Amino acid sequence: MSQNIAQLQEEIVEEFAFFEDWMQRYEHMIALGRSLPEIDPQHKDDDHLIKGCQSKVWVHAALEDDKLVFTADSDAIITRGIIALLVRVFSYQKPADIIDAPTDFIDEIGLKEHLSPTRANGLVSMIKQIKLYAIAYQTQIKS
Amino acid sequence: MGFDVTAIRKDFPILGRTLKNGKPLVYLDNAATSQTPQPVIDVIVDYYSRYNANIHRGVHQLSQEATDAYEQARQKIQKHLNIAHAHEVIFTAGTTHSINIVAAGFGQILQPGDELIVSALEHHANIVPWQMACERSGAVLRVIPMTPQGTLDLDAYEALLNDRTRLVFVNHVSNALGSINDIERIIHQAHAVGAAVLIDGAQAAPHLVADVQALDVDFYTLSAHKICGPTGVGMLYGKEKWLNLLPPYQGGGEMIATVSFEKTTYADLPHKFEAGTPNICGGIAFGAAVDYMNSIGFDQIAAYEHQLLLRATEGLKSIEGLTIYGDHDHKTAVISFNLAGVHPYDVGSILDQLGIAVRTGHHCAQPIMTYYNIPGTVRASFSFYNTFEEVDALVAGVKKAQQMLC
Repeated sequence: MSQNIAQLQEEIVEEFAFFEDWMQRYEHMIALGRSLPEIDPQHKDDDHLIKGCQSKVWVHAALEDDKLVFTADSDAIITRGIIALLVRVFSYQKPADIIDAPTDFIDEIGLKEHLSPTRANGLVSMIKQIKLYAIAYQTQIKS
Repeated sequence: MGFDVTAIRKDFPILGRTLKNGKPLVYLDNAATSQTPQPVIDVIVDYYSRYNANIHRGVHQLSQEATDAYEQARQKIQKHLNIAHAHEVIFTAGTTHSINIVAAGFGQILQPGDELIVSALEHHANIVPWQMACERSGAVLRVIPMTPQGTLDLDAYEALLNDRTRLVFVNHVSNALGSINDIERIIHQAHAVGAAVLIDGAQAAPHLVADVQALDVDFYTLSAHKICGPTGVGMLYGKEKWLNLLPPYQGGGEMIATVSFEKTTYADLPHKFEAGTPNICGGIAFGAAVDYMNSIGFDQIAAYEHQLLLRATEGLKSIEGLTIYGDHDHKTAVISFNLAGVHPYDVGSILDQLGIAVRTGHHCAQPIMTYYNIPGTVRASFSFYNTFEEVDALVAGVKKAQQMLC
């Protein structure tokens, strides 16, 4: 049985609780960013681009059975690290569960500054985009 | 008395802050906004504590006191930039607003086929309003190209000038790179073909003083918050003849002489361009900021900042794989750089964790980033209240970021 969104978020919060300072946290984020699976190059286009003021984010979603699978990328490595966490939490989940899911675990693991509404990195828009994909596919499933 | 940075820093309460991770603030984002010294903060508090009132129309004492203080601030700015008449100083919301006043006015009087010249080194605020004016009027926008060193190609500029050129608008100092442009030559050559010149002085104002009469410039703009004043207030200098010629930007109170439903006549300068209740406190504090900067002395500021720049340049250049954009001698204390293979956002994020405030991104100057084919840069911009220790902290921080990110 795969984990649900709440369990995955809790797991991440526990994982980050081990770190003693910001540097370990960031080193982990950078490592996560490096390990993020590549997005299919054909999805790294303007249609999948979320423009931040500074770093770019690409997000693609596809339905496998009744679950959504996300692939994503960014040109900044720390942004990629956060994307890796979001993909881990939201991929292979049902659209209805994604729509209702909270995202405050990002605050809890001490990465809040990346979600401030500075338009810098596209992450706020990425979360919105993930939810929009979920809403779109939910509508598709129902119809 | 020599330049005493320790004493100066005591004027800035914010510089004593400790940030997350227990790091002391190292504020190197001065080109975005400068910090505010206590004497300016005191003026703001005093205004709201003692004589907050609407200006120019009230007969009561508070209104008269506020009006006097506001008009004195205008005179301080006039004197600071050696402007011929106080009524040539228009209070605005900042440089962006100042440029929009001129661009919107010209948008109404330009003819199809008229030519405007912009530079490749401009902030978007000195590009977009003119594109809007061109759309409205049918005028054509020409661009002075930049060089790999981050300066303007003034021979190419000379070739762009012709008898259809109406207006040239260039920044005094590039916000993204710190390059000081040769505005004397730009103005002289524009005038030779009968074109007017607007100089965006926002990034020059913290580092040097423009003498608008000696420059013979037609328009000059600046923002108070770049020179230790508050945000949301700035000024537009325009030669009297131009300000009289341009139509008003906004209608409303304050900017009228008489109003009837048949015909309204506009007020004289400067009020013609100051519709509505202005940022009164901001204007007064702007004047106080000019006083504060002059009490430090711009010669001293320039000399000290140049030492900071030299030390930072030398330190950053010692880092392998670091590229400085606009690496030349004729610049203010601004360094735009990247680490090879690293996104500027990542460098900025690590520096933020270390308490070091820099700007990352395209700095509202996307054409420069396109020219260098980069997503943006990390920009460290220094002020007279920064220290050599802070410069060293930046260099060490960039090394740490490189170690973590590469």
